[in-house]
Amino acid sequence: MKEEIILDVRDLRTSFFDDEGFEIKAVDGVSFELPKGKTLGIVGESGSGKSITALSILRLIAKNGKIAGGEILFNNRDLTKLSEKDIRSIRGNDISMIFQEPMTSLNPVYTIGKQIYEALKIHQGMDKEQGKKRIIELLELVGIPSPEQRMKQYPHELSGGMRQRVMIAMALACNPKLLIADEPTTALDVTIQAQILELINSLQEELGMSVIMITHDLGVVAETCDYVAVMYGGQVVEYQEVKELFKNPKHPYTVGLLNSMPRHDVDVDELEPIKGNVPSIKNMPKGCRFAPRCPFATELCVTELPKLDRKEDGSEVRCWIYSDKWDGDPEVKVRNEERTS
Amino acid sequence: MSSNLSNPNLEQSQKGSLFLNNLKDFYRRLSRNKAALIGGYLILFLILVAIFGPLFTVHDPNEPDYAVKLAGPSAEHWFGTDHHGRDIFTRVIHGIGITMTIGVLSTILGGVVGIILGIVSGYYGGKLDTVIMRLMDILLAFPGILLALALISILGASRQNVIIAIALFAVPTFARIVRGSTLSVRNLEYIDAMKALGASDFRIIFLHILPNILSPIIVQGSIFIASAVLSASGLSFLGLGEQPPSPELGALLSDGRDFIWDAGHIAFFPGLVIMLIVLAFNVFGDGLRDALDPKMR
Amino acid sequence: MLKFIIRRLLQLIPVLLGVTIIVFSLMHLTPGNPAHIIAGENAPPETVAQIEKRLGLDEPIPVQFYHFVKDAVMLDFGNSWRTSLPVTTELWPRFWVTFELAVYSMIFSIVVGMAAGIISAVRQYSWADVTVMLVALFGLSMPNFWLGLMLMQWFSINLGWLPPTGWGSPEQIILPVITLGTSGAAVIARMTRSSMLDVISQDYIRTARAKGLKERVITYRHALKNALIPIVTVIGLQFGGLLAGAVLTESVFAINGMGKLIVDRILARDFPVVQAGILVIAVVFVFINLLVDISYKFLNKRIDMD
Repeated sequence: MKEEIILDVRDLRTSFFDDEGFEIKAVDGVSFELPKGKTLGIVGESGSGKSITALSILRLIAKNGKIAGGEILFNNRDLTKLSEKDIRSIRGNDISMIFQEPMTSLNPVYTIGKQIYEALKIHQGMDKEQGKKRIIELLELVGIPSPEQRMKQYPHELSGGMRQRVMIAMALACNPKLLIADEPTTALDVTIQAQILELINSLQEELGMSVIMITHDLGVVAETCDYVAVMYGGQVVEYQEVKELFKNPKHPYTVGLLNSMPRHDVDVDELEPIKGNVPSIKNMPKGCRFAPRCPFATELCVTELPKLDRKEDGSEVRCWIYSDKWDGDPEVKVRNEERTS
Repeated sequence: MSSNLSNPNLEQSQKGSLFLNNLKDFYRRLSRNKAALIGGYLILFLILVAIFGPLFTVHDPNEPDYAVKLAGPSAEHWFGTDHHGRDIFTRVIHGIGITMTIGVLSTILGGVVGIILGIVSGYYGGKLDTVIMRLMDILLAFPGILLALALISILGASRQNVIIAIALFAVPTFARIVRGSTLSVRNLEYIDAMKALGASDFRIIFLHILPNILSPIIVQGSIFIASAVLSASGLSFLGLGEQPPSPELGALLSDGRDFIWDAGHIAFFPGLVIMLIVLAFNVFGDGLRDALDPKMR
Repeated sequence: MLKFIIRRLLQLIPVLLGVTIIVFSLMHLTPGNPAHIIAGENAPPETVAQIEKRLGLDEPIPVQFYHFVKDAVMLDFGNSWRTSLPVTTELWPRFWVTFELAVYSMIFSIVVGMAAGIISAVRQYSWADVTVMLVALFGLSMPNFWLGLMLMQWFSINLGWLPPTGWGSPEQIILPVITLGTSGAAVIARMTRSSMLDVISQDYIRTARAKGLKERVITYRHALKNALIPIVTVIGLQFGGLLAGAVLTESVFAINGMGKLIVDRILARDFPVVQAGILVIAVVFVFINLLVDISYKFLNKRIDMD
């Protein structure tokens, strides 16, 4: 990992406050790096904090939430410290985002052309003529046929897949250096899903963007990503190169995730779901968040939260098994280290 | 809008227990909503004042005392006196009961008729529905107290006629809401099941539909009482409702208008109390709606 | 769109017919013979019969109704029983006074209500929001005739800033418009707030933010336009309250509008004027509702095309 790092998130913490002022730590210790031009997958179950992480990068979290700590270094500028005006000039310009729900993410009362034009106008000062040219270019780029007619249409006149293409066109309007895609295909039909992923992939190569792909689907990760951050209970539990992750998962949660998905590269007789439930965000375990469901958990795991340890190869894992303090069955450690090597 | 549609089996054991369940559910959710509670207590307080207040006032509401006419508020006359020297505080206390009675009675009267029409319309549908709803459209074409004005111009001004006039205005508003709620309940599967089992329409309506549409009715009732009180006092203010020497609050305001140049307090206090009554029912109704909103559960 | 308007216009026919029947029957349900009322208590029977003949009261009811409708369409409502002037002559100038009062009050309601509602929504739970919502709650619960009297007492009698009665000059307009517009402003403010809050939490607002738009642009261009539909509906509903409230407001400020005319003539048992006044207000109201429906449809067009 000697490439230029475009986004470096360090120990990000984002909290929400409910009506009674109770603090909910939705993101509680997220770190990862994204090299320029690469794709990072953030994987986790719903409620793991992956979407909040994405929204935190652009500081788009709701009013009752705030970034409580950590740094988000984008080209070495800490986004958490920028003024409201400065972060606005980055949104939709240097970093743009597409969302899970294409059906509701476009404003129903404006034509798609107008919605794309807005970004072109504020960030690049384009007039209507230049804007129109660029909009047509963008719509063609994302594979929307007869763009001149389409740009005059309202969102409700388009299908879900088309709308997501429009969202992508809008996101790409100002040639962003980083595109954050928050479950871009979850709400779409399976056939459309593949098309959209392919589109994002090819656009990335064409435009040299970096991409953060947020998903709960390891299949999507395998197809599109270079690096993966696995999230659980508001924390990153493992950060790896994608091939390594599939070959040698370290964290027991990652192992569990892989065992619970069908794979074509390894022969598995039976899928094993992870036992137990995701912990409630209001009532997180004191120690390792995964301890209550972890087959190897010891006293140490239950009482003390492990740190996210960085290995020499740049990978990171948040698990006591790989520390010197490991007090459980040494066999586990050996077996896992064998798998790691 | 309907509450507790969940389980038809719950109410098999005894008749009307669905009704009871709904009431309990209703109370449980009511007690969680602060606005509804405040409004409820305020209404309770006003009712107590209306019933027992007159027993404790020291002055006679209608006995003139020209020695103290148009006097401002004092220790003896808390709200001052009017042009006949009558104690305004005493008259207001007596007036609360009259105004609230008109508001509540007209709402109940119009509400019952409206509920029946709404249920019939929603449950049976078809031509009957069309006819009833067209009739309601016609009644709704007269804005606010205009229909009451029309009616009173025929029947003459009296308390009874004010109640009828406002009730007439209540009918279409209730009918529309009840029809909508009935439609949403009627198409539920278990109503079909009841029909298949041979339950009579009457039984289905009373045991299954009515209990399920109680919430919107109660909310609408509370909010309508607020506007009925405004209409009733407005009619009295115009001289088309309660006649002198009735201490109805709107009539008191009407007295006050003639002396606004010299004795502003005469109009001030009755109006303030009308606002309090209306506020209480509005807050209660709003709170109820929030508390009963299925989305908020 | 045109088809929709035509369909709605056709639906108006039975409503207008019903309204006319009700208004027509006002006179015929009244206890006592109208001719007696006109002629006076002790008029000789011949005079009464003559008046009956002249007014067509001796004809069968359906025939009378037919004449009533025919004349009403031509804006002929007969003559006043009290002043003997044509009803239209009496009504027309008063109609415009009420119309002005209603329009100014509506503008007041919309401007004040929407501004307050937007502030409230954008700064949810701030002191500004709490204040606006409390004031709105009181505004909604206040009898407008009381508000009118209190404004009059304060600004006209105590301070002497504004004239207490009448209509026409800009100073005369202020108090009645506030009186009549306050409850509407309160309702619109509450609806604007809740509708804006609804919209602000939508996904497309997040998209707009992610684009880098300013909050002001998001509020006014993206949120408000979507929030408008329920607001327009509520504005439409306010017209009814406005027309009815005008009766009370005109009475308080001694404004010679249609509302005051109707009340005066009810007390004087001058039925042709009362009939015509009520009919005109109801018809105006029905057409305003139609306009609201059409604008609602127009606003909604982009969301669901059907």
